[in-house]
Amino acid sequence: MKRKIPLLITFTVGIILIISEFIPHKPFGQLSGELEIWFLIISGFAILLGQLSLFKVNIIKIRYKQHDWQFYIVTLASFVVMVALGFLWGTGRSAGLLGHGEVITNTLGYKPFDYLFNNIYQHLQATMFSLLAFFIASAAYRAFIGRTVESNLLLASAVLVMLGNTTFGSLLTGWLPESLNFLHLPKVSEFIMTFPTTAGQRAIMIGAGLGIIGSSLRIILGIERSYLGGE
Amino acid sequence: MGKTKQLDRRWLFLLIFLGVALPLIFSIGLPLETTKNVQMVYDLVDSMPKGSKALISFDYDPASMPELHPMAKAVVKHCFDKEIDLIFTAMWPMGVKMADDIIDQLIEDYPDLEYGENYVNLGFKAGGMITIQSMGKNFREVFPKDMNGNSIDELPIMDGINNFSNIGFIFSLSAGAPGIKEWVQIAHDAYNRPTSGGCTGVSAPAMLPYINEQHQLTGLLAGLKAAAEYEVLIQTPGTATSGMDAQSIAHLIIIIFIAVGNINYWRNKRKEKKGGK
Repeated sequence: MKRKIPLLITFTVGIILIISEFIPHKPFGQLSGELEIWFLIISGFAILLGQLSLFKVNIIKIRYKQHDWQFYIVTLASFVVMVALGFLWGTGRSAGLLGHGEVITNTLGYKPFDYLFNNIYQHLQATMFSLLAFFIASAAYRAFIGRTVESNLLLASAVLVMLGNTTFGSLLTGWLPESLNFLHLPKVSEFIMTFPTTAGQRAIMIGAGLGIIGSSLRIILGIERSYLGGE
Repeated sequence: MGKTKQLDRRWLFLLIFLGVALPLIFSIGLPLETTKNVQMVYDLVDSMPKGSKALISFDYDPASMPELHPMAKAVVKHCFDKEIDLIFTAMWPMGVKMADDIIDQLIEDYPDLEYGENYVNLGFKAGGMITIQSMGKNFREVFPKDMNGNSIDELPIMDGINNFSNIGFIFSLSAGAPGIKEWVQIAHDAYNRPTSGGCTGVSAPAMLPYINEQHQLTGLLAGLKAAAEYEVLIQTPGTATSGMDAQSIAHLIIIIFIAVGNINYWRNKRKEKKGGK
Protein backbone atom coordinates (compact mmCIF):
# COMPACT_ATOMS: atom_id res chain seq x y z
CA MET A 1 0.00 0.00 0.00
CA LYS A 2 2.87 2.32 0.92
CA ARG A 3 4.19 1.99 -2.62
CA LYS A 4 0.96 1.40 -4.51
CA ILE A 5 -0.65 4.77 -3.66
CA PRO A 6 2.32 6.88 -4.90
CA LEU A 7 2.47 4.72 -8.05
CA LEU A 8 -1.24 5.26 -8.64
CA ILE A 9 -0.89 9.03 -8.14
CA THR A 10 2.06 9.13 -10.57
CA PHE A 11 0.15 7.11 -13.17
CA THR A 12 -3.02 9.23 -12.91
CA VAL A 13 -1.19 12.57 -13.00
CA GLY A 14 1.08 11.46 -15.85
CA ILE A 15 -1.84 10.23 -17.97
CA ILE A 16 -3.89 13.41 -17.33
CA LEU A 17 -0.95 15.62 -18.39
CA ILE A 18 -0.30 13.59 -21.54
CA ILE A 19 -3.98 13.67 -22.54
CA SER A 20 -4.22 17.42 -21.82
CA GLU A 21 -1.51 18.07 -24.42
CA PHE A 22 -3.73 16.47 -27.09
CA ILE A 23 -7.15 17.47 -25.70
CA PRO A 24 -6.67 20.87 -24.02
CA HIS A 25 -10.40 21.11 -23.20
CA LYS A 26 -12.46 20.39 -20.10
CA PRO A 27 -11.76 18.51 -17.91
CA PHE A 28 -8.16 17.79 -18.98
CA GLY A 29 -7.07 21.36 -19.67
CA GLN A 30 -8.48 22.53 -16.36
CA LEU A 31 -6.94 19.62 -14.47
CA SER A 32 -3.50 20.15 -15.97
CA GLY A 33 -3.72 23.86 -15.05
CA GLU A 34 -4.51 22.93 -11.45
CA LEU A 35 -1.66 20.42 -11.38
CA GLU A 36 0.75 23.07 -12.65
CA ILE A 37 -0.24 25.37 -9.78
CA TRP A 38 0.32 22.48 -7.36
CA PHE A 39 3.76 21.98 -8.89
CA LEU A 40 4.64 25.65 -8.30
CA ILE A 41 3.53 25.40 -4.66
CA ILE A 42 5.53 22.20 -4.15
CA SER A 43 8.56 23.85 -5.82
CA GLY A 44 8.38 26.64 -3.24
CA PHE A 45 8.36 24.10 -0.45
CA ALA A 46 11.21 22.23 -2.10
CA ILE A 47 13.40 25.31 -1.62
CA LEU A 48 12.52 25.29 2.09
CA LEU A 49 13.22 21.57 2.25
CA GLY A 50 16.60 22.18 0.58
CA GLN A 51 17.49 24.76 3.21
CA LEU A 52 16.52 22.42 6.05
CA SER A 53 18.51 19.64 4.43
CA LEU A 54 21.54 21.96 4.13
CA PHE A 55 21.25 22.67 7.85
CA LYS A 56 20.88 19.04 8.82
CA VAL A 57 23.79 17.78 6.70
CA ASN A 58 26.15 20.52 7.89
CA ILE A 59 25.21 20.19 11.56
CA ILE A 60 25.86 16.43 11.45
CA LYS A 61 29.30 17.06 9.91
CA ILE A 62 30.17 19.65 12.56
CA ARG A 63 28.80 17.54 15.43
CA TYR A 64 30.91 14.51 14.50
CA LYS A 65 33.87 16.69 13.54
CA GLN A 66 34.18 15.16 10.11
CA HIS A 67 37.07 16.04 7.77
CA ASP A 68 37.34 19.85 7.30
CA TRP A 69 34.40 20.41 9.65
CA GLN A 70 35.44 24.03 10.21
CA PHE A 71 34.36 24.91 6.65
CA TYR A 72 30.83 23.72 7.39
CA ILE A 73 30.62 26.26 10.20
CA VAL A 74 31.42 28.98 7.65
CA THR A 75 28.67 27.66 5.36
CA LEU A 76 26.10 27.68 8.14
CA ALA A 77 27.20 31.05 9.53
CA SER A 78 27.01 32.63 6.03
CA PHE A 79 23.59 31.11 5.49
CA VAL A 80 22.23 32.35 8.83
CA VAL A 81 23.69 35.84 8.42
CA MET A 82 22.27 36.31 4.90
CA VAL A 83 18.82 34.97 5.85
CA ALA A 84 18.72 37.09 9.01
CA LEU A 85 19.76 40.29 7.23
CA GLY A 86 17.24 39.66 4.46
CA PHE A 87 14.47 39.11 6.98
CA LEU A 88 15.35 42.10 9.15
CA TRP A 89 15.92 44.84 6.58
CA GLY A 90 14.80 43.31 3.29
CA THR A 91 16.58 43.58 -0.05
CA GLY A 92 16.42 46.13 -2.84
CA ARG A 93 13.20 48.12 -2.59
CA SER A 94 11.37 45.61 -0.40
CA ALA A 95 11.28 46.20 3.34
CA GLY A 96 12.09 43.65 6.04
CA LEU A 97 10.66 43.09 9.52
CA LEU A 98 12.45 46.21 10.82
CA GLY A 99 11.61 48.29 7.75
CA HIS A 100 14.28 49.59 5.37
CA GLY A 101 16.92 50.27 8.06
CA GLU A 102 17.69 53.83 6.94
CA VAL A 103 20.55 54.41 9.39
CA ILE A 104 22.48 51.25 8.52
CA THR A 105 21.66 51.68 4.82
CA ASN A 106 22.99 55.24 4.83
CA THR A 107 26.18 54.08 6.54
CA LEU A 108 26.88 51.16 4.22
CA GLY A 109 25.46 52.69 1.05
CA TYR A 110 23.28 49.61 0.57
CA LYS A 111 20.96 47.50 2.65
CA PRO A 112 23.04 45.02 4.71
CA PHE A 113 21.94 42.03 2.59
CA ASP A 114 22.67 43.89 -0.66
CA TYR A 115 26.00 45.10 0.72
CA LEU A 116 27.19 41.56 1.41
CA PHE A 117 25.72 40.29 -1.86
CA ASN A 118 27.36 43.00 -3.99
CA ASN A 119 30.69 43.10 -2.18
CA ILE A 120 31.32 39.49 -1.20
CA TYR A 121 29.04 36.97 -2.89
CA GLN A 122 29.24 38.47 -6.40
CA HIS A 123 33.03 38.67 -6.30
CA LEU A 124 33.47 35.18 -4.88
CA GLN A 125 31.34 33.70 -7.66
CA ALA A 126 33.03 35.78 -10.36
CA THR A 127 36.44 34.69 -9.01
CA MET A 128 35.51 31.00 -9.12
CA PHE A 129 34.30 31.38 -12.70
CA SER A 130 37.34 33.41 -13.75
CA LEU A 131 39.68 30.65 -12.59
CA LEU A 132 38.28 28.59 -15.44
CA ALA A 133 40.19 30.76 -17.91
CA PHE A 134 43.49 29.52 -16.46
CA PHE A 135 42.45 25.88 -16.34
CA ILE A 136 40.97 25.95 -19.84
CA ALA A 137 44.18 27.49 -21.17
CA SER A 138 46.27 24.82 -19.46
CA ALA A 139 43.94 22.01 -20.55
CA ALA A 140 43.89 23.25 -24.16
CA TYR A 141 47.71 23.34 -24.26
CA ARG A 142 47.95 19.75 -22.99
CA ALA A 143 44.94 18.19 -24.72
CA PHE A 144 44.81 19.74 -28.20
CA ILE A 145 47.55 17.60 -29.71
CA GLY A 146 47.14 16.36 -33.29
CA ARG A 147 47.84 12.66 -32.73
CA THR A 148 45.19 11.18 -35.01
CA VAL A 149 43.01 12.34 -37.92
CA GLU A 150 40.09 12.92 -35.52
CA SER A 151 42.16 14.92 -33.06
CA ASN A 152 43.57 16.96 -35.97
CA LEU A 153 40.04 17.76 -37.11
CA LEU A 154 39.09 18.78 -33.57
CA LEU A 155 42.23 20.87 -33.26
CA ALA A 156 41.68 22.66 -36.58
CA SER A 157 38.03 23.43 -35.90
CA ALA A 158 38.79 24.60 -32.34
CA VAL A 159 41.48 26.98 -33.57
CA LEU A 160 39.27 28.31 -36.39
CA VAL A 161 36.29 28.88 -34.08
CA MET A 162 38.51 30.49 -31.45
CA LEU A 163 40.11 32.81 -34.00
CA GLY A 164 36.76 33.60 -35.61
CA ASN A 165 35.36 34.58 -32.24
CA THR A 166 38.11 37.08 -31.58
CA THR A 167 38.70 40.45 -33.11
CA PHE A 168 41.93 39.05 -34.61
CA GLY A 169 39.85 36.82 -36.87
CA SER A 170 38.48 39.87 -38.66
CA LEU A 171 41.92 41.46 -38.85
CA LEU A 172 43.72 38.39 -40.20
CA THR A 173 41.44 37.76 -43.17
CA GLY A 174 39.73 41.12 -43.53
CA TRP A 175 41.87 41.87 -46.61
CA LEU A 176 40.48 38.94 -48.63
CA PRO A 177 38.60 39.92 -51.82
CA GLU A 178 34.82 39.52 -52.01
CA SER A 179 35.13 36.34 -54.07
CA LEU A 180 37.07 34.68 -51.23
CA ASN A 181 34.78 35.96 -48.50
CA PHE A 182 33.89 32.40 -47.52
CA LEU A 183 37.46 32.05 -46.19
CA HIS A 184 37.03 35.05 -43.90
CA LEU A 185 37.66 33.63 -40.39
CA PRO A 186 34.45 34.89 -38.73
CA LYS A 187 32.53 33.33 -41.68
CA VAL A 188 34.41 30.04 -41.30
CA SER A 189 33.69 30.05 -37.57
CA GLU A 190 30.01 30.81 -38.23
CA PHE A 191 29.88 27.97 -40.77
CA ILE A 192 31.36 25.47 -38.28
CA MET A 193 28.95 26.57 -35.57
CA THR A 194 25.89 26.67 -37.83
CA PHE A 195 26.31 23.39 -39.72
CA PRO A 196 28.55 20.65 -38.23
CA THR A 197 28.05 21.77 -34.61
CA THR A 198 24.30 22.28 -34.94
CA ALA A 199 23.91 18.94 -36.72
CA GLY A 200 25.72 17.20 -33.85
CA GLN A 201 23.69 19.10 -31.28
CA ARG A 202 20.43 18.17 -32.99
CA ALA A 203 21.40 14.50 -32.93
CA ILE A 204 22.17 14.76 -29.21
CA MET A 205 18.89 16.61 -28.56
CA ILE A 206 16.82 14.04 -30.45
CA GLY A 207 18.56 11.22 -28.59
CA ALA A 208 18.04 12.96 -25.24
CA GLY A 209 14.40 13.68 -26.12
CA LEU A 210 13.74 10.01 -26.91
CA GLY A 211 15.50 9.07 -23.69
CA ILE A 212 13.31 11.45 -21.69
CA ILE A 213 10.15 10.01 -23.29
CA GLY A 214 11.34 6.49 -22.51
CA SER A 215 12.20 7.16 -18.87
CA SER A 216 8.99 9.22 -18.37
CA LEU A 217 6.90 6.31 -19.65
CA ARG A 218 8.79 3.93 -17.36
CA ILE A 219 7.99 6.18 -14.38
CA ILE A 220 4.33 6.70 -15.35
CA LEU A 221 3.79 2.97 -15.90
CA GLY A 222 5.49 2.11 -12.63
CA ILE A 223 8.38 0.20 -14.20
CA GLU A 224 10.97 2.66 -12.86
CA ARG A 225 10.43 3.01 -9.10
CA SER A 226 13.77 4.27 -7.83
CA TYR A 227 12.27 7.74 -7.13
CA LEU A 228 10.21 6.12 -4.34
CA GLY A 229 13.38 5.22 -2.49
CA GLY A 230 14.61 1.77 -1.55
CA GLU A 231 15.19 -0.96 -4.17
CA MET B 1 52.58 13.71 -24.68
CA GLY B 2 53.60 11.26 -21.99
CA LYS B 3 57.33 11.63 -22.67
CA THR B 4 57.13 15.18 -23.97
CA LYS B 5 58.85 17.77 -21.82
CA GLN B 6 56.05 20.02 -20.64
CA LEU B 7 56.35 23.73 -20.15
CA ASP B 8 55.74 24.79 -16.55
CA ARG B 9 52.09 25.77 -16.66
CA ARG B 10 52.69 28.68 -14.29
CA TRP B 11 54.20 30.53 -17.30
CA LEU B 12 50.94 29.98 -19.14
CA PHE B 13 48.97 31.25 -16.13
CA LEU B 14 51.16 34.35 -15.94
CA LEU B 15 50.73 35.09 -19.65
CA ILE B 16 46.97 34.58 -19.46
CA PHE B 17 46.82 36.90 -16.45
CA LEU B 18 48.79 39.61 -18.27
CA GLY B 19 46.87 39.01 -21.50
CA VAL B 20 43.58 39.59 -19.72
CA ALA B 21 44.61 42.32 -17.27
CA LEU B 22 46.61 44.63 -19.55
CA PRO B 23 43.98 45.14 -22.30
CA LEU B 24 41.40 45.84 -19.56
CA ILE B 25 43.65 48.60 -18.20
CA PHE B 26 44.96 49.90 -21.54
CA SER B 27 42.14 49.57 -24.07
CA ILE B 28 43.27 48.59 -27.58
CA GLY B 29 39.98 49.05 -29.45
CA LEU B 30 40.22 46.14 -31.87
CA PRO B 31 37.56 46.23 -34.62
CA LEU B 32 34.35 44.20 -34.38
CA GLU B 33 32.11 42.78 -37.08
CA THR B 34 28.40 42.27 -36.54
CA THR B 35 27.31 38.67 -36.96
CA LYS B 36 23.94 37.52 -38.31
CA ASN B 37 22.53 36.28 -35.00
CA VAL B 38 23.31 39.54 -33.21
CA GLN B 39 21.81 41.57 -36.04
CA MET B 40 18.62 39.46 -35.77
CA VAL B 41 18.27 40.32 -32.06
CA TYR B 42 18.90 43.99 -32.78
CA ASP B 43 16.33 44.00 -35.60
CA LEU B 44 13.74 42.30 -33.37
CA VAL B 45 14.07 44.96 -30.67
CA ASP B 46 14.29 47.75 -33.24
CA SER B 47 11.12 46.61 -35.01
CA MET B 48 8.98 46.90 -31.86
CA PRO B 49 6.64 49.90 -31.88
CA LYS B 50 6.83 52.53 -29.17
CA GLY B 51 4.83 51.51 -26.08
CA SER B 52 4.94 47.79 -26.82
CA LYS B 53 5.78 45.41 -24.00
CA ALA B 54 8.63 42.95 -23.70
CA LEU B 55 9.44 40.36 -21.07
CA ILE B 56 13.07 40.00 -20.05
CA SER B 57 13.97 37.00 -17.94
CA PHE B 58 17.19 37.06 -15.92
CA ASP B 59 18.13 33.40 -15.74
CA TYR B 60 21.67 33.69 -14.43
CA ASP B 61 23.66 34.39 -11.30
CA PRO B 62 26.84 36.38 -10.49
CA ALA B 63 29.11 33.60 -11.81
CA SER B 64 28.02 34.49 -15.38
CA MET B 65 27.90 38.24 -14.84
CA PRO B 66 31.03 39.10 -16.87
CA GLU B 67 29.47 37.62 -20.01
CA LEU B 68 25.74 38.16 -19.51
CA HIS B 69 25.56 41.46 -17.65
CA PRO B 70 26.95 43.58 -20.51
CA MET B 71 24.46 42.09 -22.98
CA ALA B 72 21.62 42.53 -20.47
CA LYS B 73 22.57 46.18 -20.10
CA ALA B 74 22.82 46.72 -23.85
CA VAL B 75 19.48 45.06 -24.64
CA VAL B 76 17.64 46.84 -21.79
CA LYS B 77 19.15 50.15 -22.86
CA HIS B 78 18.05 49.55 -26.45
CA CYS B 79 14.52 48.78 -25.22
CA PHE B 80 14.42 51.91 -23.07
CA ASP B 81 15.66 53.99 -26.02
CA LYS B 82 12.88 52.51 -28.17
CA GLU B 83 10.35 53.28 -25.39
CA ILE B 84 9.45 49.62 -24.98
CA ASP B 85 7.90 48.83 -21.59
CA LEU B 86 9.80 46.09 -19.80
CA ILE B 87 8.58 43.33 -17.54
CA PHE B 88 11.51 41.76 -15.70
CA THR B 89 11.36 38.33 -14.22
CA ALA B 90 13.80 35.61 -13.15
CA MET B 91 13.80 31.84 -13.31
CA TRP B 92 16.98 31.79 -11.21
CA PRO B 93 16.85 33.05 -7.60
CA MET B 94 19.86 35.34 -8.09
CA GLY B 95 18.42 36.68 -11.34
CA VAL B 96 16.29 39.15 -9.35
CA LYS B 97 19.41 40.87 -8.07
CA MET B 98 20.90 40.86 -11.57
CA ALA B 99 17.80 42.61 -12.94
CA ASP B 100 17.85 45.12 -10.10
CA ASP B 101 21.49 45.90 -10.76
CA ILE B 102 20.86 46.55 -14.46
CA ILE B 103 17.91 48.82 -13.64
CA ASP B 104 20.02 50.73 -11.09
CA GLN B 105 22.83 51.18 -13.63
CA LEU B 106 20.54 52.52 -16.35
CA ILE B 107 17.71 54.33 -14.63
CA GLU B 108 19.71 57.53 -13.98
CA ASP B 109 19.92 58.07 -17.75
CA TYR B 110 16.13 57.75 -18.07
CA PRO B 111 14.61 60.05 -15.43
CA ASP B 112 11.21 59.98 -17.17
CA LEU B 113 10.75 56.25 -16.75
CA GLU B 114 8.51 55.25 -13.88
CA TYR B 115 8.43 51.99 -11.98
CA GLY B 116 5.12 50.21 -12.54
CA GLU B 117 4.40 52.23 -15.66
CA ASN B 118 7.42 51.72 -17.90
CA TYR B 119 9.11 48.80 -16.18
CA VAL B 120 8.43 46.32 -13.42
CA ASN B 121 10.40 43.61 -11.66
CA LEU B 122 8.17 40.62 -10.92
CA GLY B 123 10.93 38.70 -9.15
CA PHE B 124 11.78 35.02 -9.00
CA LYS B 125 9.42 32.08 -9.12
CA ALA B 126 10.51 28.50 -8.63
CA GLY B 127 9.32 25.85 -11.07
CA GLY B 128 11.25 26.59 -14.27
CA MET B 129 9.42 25.29 -17.32
CA ILE B 130 6.13 24.80 -15.45
CA THR B 131 6.26 28.42 -14.27
CA ILE B 132 6.67 29.58 -17.87
CA GLN B 133 3.84 27.30 -18.98
CA SER B 134 1.56 28.67 -16.24
CA MET B 135 2.50 32.26 -17.21
CA GLY B 136 1.31 31.45 -20.72
CA LYS B 137 -2.07 30.37 -19.35
CA ASN B 138 -2.57 32.93 -16.61
CA PHE B 139 0.09 35.47 -15.78
CA ARG B 140 -1.70 36.73 -12.69
CA GLU B 141 -1.88 33.33 -11.00
CA VAL B 142 1.89 32.96 -11.19
CA PHE B 143 2.76 36.56 -10.37
CA PRO B 144 -0.09 38.09 -8.34
CA LYS B 145 2.40 40.63 -6.96
CA ASP B 146 5.67 42.21 -8.07
CA MET B 147 8.84 41.74 -6.03
CA ASN B 148 8.03 44.78 -3.88
CA GLY B 149 4.68 43.34 -2.88
CA ASN B 150 2.54 45.58 -5.14
CA SER B 151 -0.48 43.86 -6.61
CA ILE B 152 0.03 43.64 -10.37
CA ASP B 153 -3.59 44.76 -10.83
CA GLU B 154 -2.45 48.17 -9.55
CA LEU B 155 0.49 48.46 -11.97
CA PRO B 156 -0.39 50.26 -15.23
CA ILE B 157 2.27 48.32 -17.17
CA MET B 158 0.41 45.07 -16.45
CA ASP B 159 -2.92 46.32 -17.87
CA GLY B 160 -4.14 43.77 -20.38
CA ILE B 161 -1.33 41.32 -19.63
CA ASN B 162 -3.09 38.06 -18.79
CA ASN B 163 -0.78 35.74 -20.69
CA PHE B 164 1.90 36.05 -23.38
CA SER B 165 -0.49 37.35 -26.06
CA ASN B 166 0.10 41.07 -25.37
CA ILE B 167 3.84 40.72 -25.04
CA GLY B 168 5.83 41.87 -28.07
CA PHE B 169 8.79 39.59 -27.50
CA ILE B 170 10.48 37.54 -24.84
CA PHE B 171 14.19 37.73 -24.12
CA SER B 172 15.96 35.31 -21.81
CA LEU B 173 19.45 35.90 -20.48
CA SER B 174 20.46 32.40 -19.68
CA ALA B 175 23.37 30.63 -18.04
CA GLY B 176 21.75 27.19 -18.05
CA ALA B 177 18.44 25.60 -17.18
CA PRO B 178 15.83 26.96 -16.82
CA GLY B 179 16.68 29.45 -19.51
CA ILE B 180 16.44 30.05 -23.25
CA LYS B 181 15.47 26.45 -24.10
CA GLU B 182 12.49 26.48 -21.76
CA TRP B 183 11.34 29.90 -22.99
CA VAL B 184 11.59 28.75 -26.62
CA GLN B 185 9.74 25.50 -25.97
CA ILE B 186 6.85 27.23 -24.20
CA ALA B 187 6.70 30.91 -25.18
CA HIS B 188 7.48 30.36 -28.85
CA ASP B 189 6.45 26.79 -29.59
CA ALA B 190 3.26 26.72 -27.53
CA TYR B 191 2.24 30.40 -27.62
CA ASN B 192 3.94 31.59 -30.80
CA ARG B 193 5.59 34.67 -29.28
CA PRO B 194 8.88 35.93 -30.77
CA THR B 195 11.59 34.69 -28.45
CA SER B 196 15.22 35.65 -28.30
CA GLY B 197 18.03 35.39 -25.84
CA GLY B 198 21.58 35.75 -24.72
CA CYS B 199 23.75 33.01 -23.28
CA THR B 200 27.31 32.29 -22.24
CA GLY B 201 29.76 31.35 -25.00
CA VAL B 202 30.09 27.75 -23.85
CA SER B 203 26.34 27.11 -23.92
CA ALA B 204 25.84 28.63 -27.38
CA PRO B 205 26.16 25.34 -29.37
CA ALA B 206 23.17 23.92 -27.46
CA MET B 207 21.06 26.94 -28.42
CA LEU B 208 22.01 27.18 -32.09
CA PRO B 209 19.61 24.43 -33.29
CA TYR B 210 16.73 26.70 -32.25
CA ILE B 211 17.79 29.35 -34.77
CA ASN B 212 16.05 27.87 -37.78
CA GLU B 213 13.47 28.55 -40.45
CA GLN B 214 10.65 28.32 -37.91
CA HIS B 215 12.35 31.18 -36.01
CA GLN B 216 12.05 29.31 -32.73
CA LEU B 217 14.78 31.62 -31.55
CA THR B 218 15.06 35.04 -33.18
CA GLY B 219 18.81 35.53 -33.11
CA LEU B 220 21.12 34.85 -30.21
CA LEU B 221 23.67 36.82 -28.26
CA ALA B 222 26.34 34.23 -27.54
CA GLY B 223 29.09 35.25 -25.16
CA LEU B 224 31.02 38.44 -24.67
CA LYS B 225 31.67 38.94 -28.39
CA ALA B 226 27.95 39.15 -29.15
CA ALA B 227 27.50 41.57 -26.25
CA ALA B 228 30.28 43.73 -27.69
CA GLU B 229 28.70 43.62 -31.16
CA TYR B 230 25.38 44.71 -29.64
CA GLU B 231 27.09 47.59 -27.85
CA VAL B 232 28.52 48.67 -31.20
CA LEU B 233 25.09 48.44 -32.84
CA ILE B 234 23.46 50.66 -30.21
CA GLN B 235 26.54 52.92 -30.35
CA THR B 236 27.24 52.63 -26.62
CA PRO B 237 30.61 50.95 -26.08
CA GLY B 238 30.73 49.41 -22.62
CA THR B 239 32.39 46.67 -20.62
CA ALA B 240 31.84 44.06 -23.35
CA THR B 241 33.71 46.13 -25.94
CA SER B 242 36.67 46.65 -23.62
CA GLY B 243 36.44 43.03 -22.45
CA MET B 244 36.67 41.79 -26.04
CA ASP B 245 40.26 43.06 -26.30
CA ALA B 246 41.15 40.97 -23.23
CA GLN B 247 39.28 37.93 -24.51
CA SER B 248 40.90 38.18 -27.95
CA ILE B 249 44.41 38.39 -26.48
CA ALA B 250 43.68 35.47 -24.12
CA HIS B 251 42.42 33.35 -27.04
CA LEU B 252 45.49 34.26 -29.05
CA ILE B 253 47.76 33.17 -26.18
CA ILE B 254 45.88 29.86 -25.95
CA ILE B 255 46.24 29.31 -29.72
CA ILE B 256 49.96 30.07 -29.53
CA PHE B 257 50.37 27.58 -26.69
CA ILE B 258 48.39 24.94 -28.59
CA ALA B 259 50.80 25.46 -31.50
CA VAL B 260 53.81 25.20 -29.15
CA GLY B 261 52.40 22.01 -27.64
CA ASN B 262 51.96 20.46 -31.08
CA ILE B 263 55.43 21.48 -32.28
CA ASN B 264 56.89 19.90 -29.14
CA TYR B 265 54.90 16.74 -29.72
CA TRP B 266 55.97 16.35 -33.35
CA ARG B 267 59.59 17.19 -32.58
CA ASN B 268 59.72 14.57 -29.85
CA LYS B 269 57.98 12.04 -32.07
CA ARG B 270 60.58 12.60 -34.78
CA LYS B 271 63.37 12.24 -32.23
CA GLU B 272 61.86 8.97 -30.98
CA LYS B 273 61.66 7.67 -34.55
CA LYS B 274 65.27 8.57 -35.22
CA GLY B 275 66.32 7.00 -31.92
CA GLY B 276 64.41 3.84 -32.81
CA LYS B 277 66.21 3.50 -36.12
